[in-house]
Amino acid sequence: MKLRKSVAVSENGFVFNASRGDSFSANPTGARILDWLRDGKSEEEMKTLLLDLYDIDETTCEKDLYDFLKVLKQHNLLDV
Amino acid sequence: MNRIPITIAVTGLNNTDNPGPGIPVIRSLRESGYFEVRIVGLVYENLEPGLYMDDMADVVYTLPYPSMGHEMLLSRLVYIHEREDLTLIIPNFDAELLTFIKLAGRLSAMGIRTLLPTQEQFESRQKDRLTDFARQFGIAVPKSDAVTGIGELMQVLAESRYPVVVKGRFYEAYVAHTADQAQQYFYRLSAKWGFPIIVQQFIRGQEFNVTALGDGKGRLIGAVPMRKTYVTSNGKGWAGIAIEDDTLLDMARTVVIQTRWGGGLELELIKEDSTGDVYLIEINPRFPAWVYLATACGQNHPEALVRLALGQTVEPFTDYNVGRMFVRYSWDMVCDLSRFQQIATTGEVTIRPEALA
Amino acid sequence: METNQKLKYERPVIKQLNTGVTNKFGPQMGFMPHTHIDGIAVKDLINTYGSPLFVLSERTIRQTYQEAFSAFANRYPNVQFAWSYKTNYMNAVCNIFHQEGAWAEVVSRFEYEKALKNGVPGDKIIFNGPDKTTDDHMVAVQNNSPIHIDHLDELYSLMAVSQKLGKRPKVAIRVNMDTGVQPIWDRFGFNYESGQAWDAILKIIQTDRMDLVGLHCHIGTFMLSTNAYAVATAKMADLALNIKRQFGIDIQYLDLGGGFASRNTLKGTYLNGADVAPSFHEYAEQICSTLIRAGFRSEELPLLILETGRALIDDAGFMLGTVLANKRLSDGRRATIMDFGVNLLFTAFWYEHTISPAQECSQYTEDTVLYGPLCMNIDVVRESIRLPLLNKGDQVVVHRVGAYNMTQWMQFISLRPNIVLIDTDGQPHLIRKAETVEYLTQLESTPAHLSAFDL
Repeated sequence: MKLRKSVAVSENGFVFNASRGDSFSANPTGARILDWLRDGKSEEEMKTLLLDLYDIDETTCEKDLYDFLKVLKQHNLLDV
Repeated sequence: MNRIPITIAVTGLNNTDNPGPGIPVIRSLRESGYFEVRIVGLVYENLEPGLYMDDMADVVYTLPYPSMGHEMLLSRLVYIHEREDLTLIIPNFDAELLTFIKLAGRLSAMGIRTLLPTQEQFESRQKDRLTDFARQFGIAVPKSDAVTGIGELMQVLAESRYPVVVKGRFYEAYVAHTADQAQQYFYRLSAKWGFPIIVQQFIRGQEFNVTALGDGKGRLIGAVPMRKTYVTSNGKGWAGIAIEDDTLLDMARTVVIQTRWGGGLELELIKEDSTGDVYLIEINPRFPAWVYLATACGQNHPEALVRLALGQTVEPFTDYNVGRMFVRYSWDMVCDLSRFQQIATTGEVTIRPEALA
Repeated sequence: METNQKLKYERPVIKQLNTGVTNKFGPQMGFMPHTHIDGIAVKDLINTYGSPLFVLSERTIRQTYQEAFSAFANRYPNVQFAWSYKTNYMNAVCNIFHQEGAWAEVVSRFEYEKALKNGVPGDKIIFNGPDKTTDDHMVAVQNNSPIHIDHLDELYSLMAVSQKLGKRPKVAIRVNMDTGVQPIWDRFGFNYESGQAWDAILKIIQTDRMDLVGLHCHIGTFMLSTNAYAVATAKMADLALNIKRQFGIDIQYLDLGGGFASRNTLKGTYLNGADVAPSFHEYAEQICSTLIRAGFRSEELPLLILETGRALIDDAGFMLGTVLANKRLSDGRRATIMDFGVNLLFTAFWYEHTISPAQECSQYTEDTVLYGPLCMNIDVVRESIRLPLLNKGDQVVVHRVGAYNMTQWMQFISLRPNIVLIDTDGQPHLIRKAETVEYLTQLESTPAHLSAFDL
């Protein structure tokens, strides 16, 4: 699971997929996860990172991450 | 002459194939001999073309949709006003006008001026009330009846001469030559737009448009009649020519004087071939998208509107150059993604830094 | 000691910027959380009284009533409001209106009894509606209540009652008419244009068994056009003046009914309800100026009665609720399930209710379908609403739910919750307890042969 090469993420959360011309806006948590995906982090690694960084319980973290990755797939932003 | 610096916010930068009047208004203001304008463009969508034109707005902000309510809009305007110190707002969209009319008092308390029709004027010229409106002010409109059932329709048809125009409540109109046709259109339009359906006497004649400006005190400041010479498939003028016709100007004068209209307006009129009588078809409560033609003919209505809103004495225009024509064209601007990115993520874009402007 | 300061968490979210529609307006345009109602924290209300919960503000009710009353009283010398029981017949609510001076307006025996029990004198209970039995008529006549006749059958039945009791009922007829607004509510009362109304008036006067004291109309509901009220007032005044001219009878009151819009947004309308709803002053201007100019001698101006319900109470009601779950629909849309649905919020069928988060929330928003908790497909509170990112357990406030919900709510699938009234000093009072299984089943009886089974 990796971010597609064609996807650019800017500092303010603007996301552009050059291969389809789609643009998106992500909140800071979302943009951070996109960065991790570019680096090839696994779902498990990202979960650990989120738990380290944020004041959040494990269940919510796991649920939200699962949901976010599903949405990214739906938007064709991930290499499957 | 020294031009006075002034900051004006303008909406309607959607000069697409169904264009809004914002860009022609800005273009007129930029040609003003009185004012050195700084333009704050206000957009509802990230892809309004005016936002990508380099020489129109100096800075652009997004607005919440009118459907989100006037409190939301007001708090956004407060924010913009803090940054830009607006002197005036010129709203240009039908859908936002009522909201701005309702906010006019509070905007004025903030130091932002407007020149708009009153809510009563705005509502009384709506389609299903136009007949009453016209009767009240002694203006000729084609005989029309609002019907809500097939029985009523047949009753009205029995008293009408064909052809008749069958109109939907908000949009769309068809010419019917028989009762059967009228009935078909009745069903089609009511399914789409609801009731009432308006059955109007068909006037055989030529259609004209007039762009005009009222000072809100019963004076017509300017008016320029135009005939569309070329229309797009959805009825929008693609080319038009300024004409000379006193009966059309008289009609504009009557409407503005009788209603004491404040602000820009466009009249849609029809002149009957056989009698030369002029009938009022519709009043649009804002400048039309072709308002720059008036400026080019010597009547800069947007500039005059700004002067009226500032409380200056403005003498009515008495003349214009007949025979100037406009032709619209489309042009693919090529832009960098950064402006889209900026407006989409922050809701504001500076196009011309203040130092340069 | 080393402290590990963690960042405040916000659910990750991404949304497509399709067709240029602006989704947010920078950090300055956030959702304002609605954390308190009349000074009490939403969180505390839910802790004490549970979720979901209806909350009513006595302060808002009184302020709204006073604004409405003065809008009319400043324009017309002789004004009386009658509280429309069906809009909200919680006794506490009715009594606030009665304390403010409103009579009662009822449309059933049940509501009539409620008004009597609340202590409203019989002659200040207006009995409206098509549903009145002979017994209802007897009671109303004995109590000297104004009875508004809806149809000819009622007229005849009331004449029989009058004969039987040897007492003259005080009556008005309900008139329906074309005010230029669709649809015409011609299912109630007697029609003006066709002459039915005049015929009914003649019948009452000529049979001479009842006193025709008033005329009543109620031209529609959620009326956004104030002009229709001017038309209605003119027609009512015309009837009253004709009665005076022909029979020398003074009509004591004209009851213009209700139908004033609240500031809710009706489904399918483009502009926000708060922007298009006329103010009390706009309605009052149309009605009062028409009445003043109608041609009554100044000492004979009839009493003007108003029965507006919705516009008086909608703003004062709030529904508090809690997020049960979030989920993602097959097409990628976000869905949030709340612990209240159309069973409690009946008006969700008509309105795009405004809903605010009750706690600090992020500036980021997502389009969400808002479902209720019922295991039924119809249970949709909002088809699409832009909300900040809500988590399970977060609380929300639904605005403007004071009218019709606490009377039309359904006991369906689950029990109805507590209703709390916050008084003008900011003190909460439980005015209707949450239902219990025992309360609901007390009227049931199970036949003996169905009392046991073996599974």
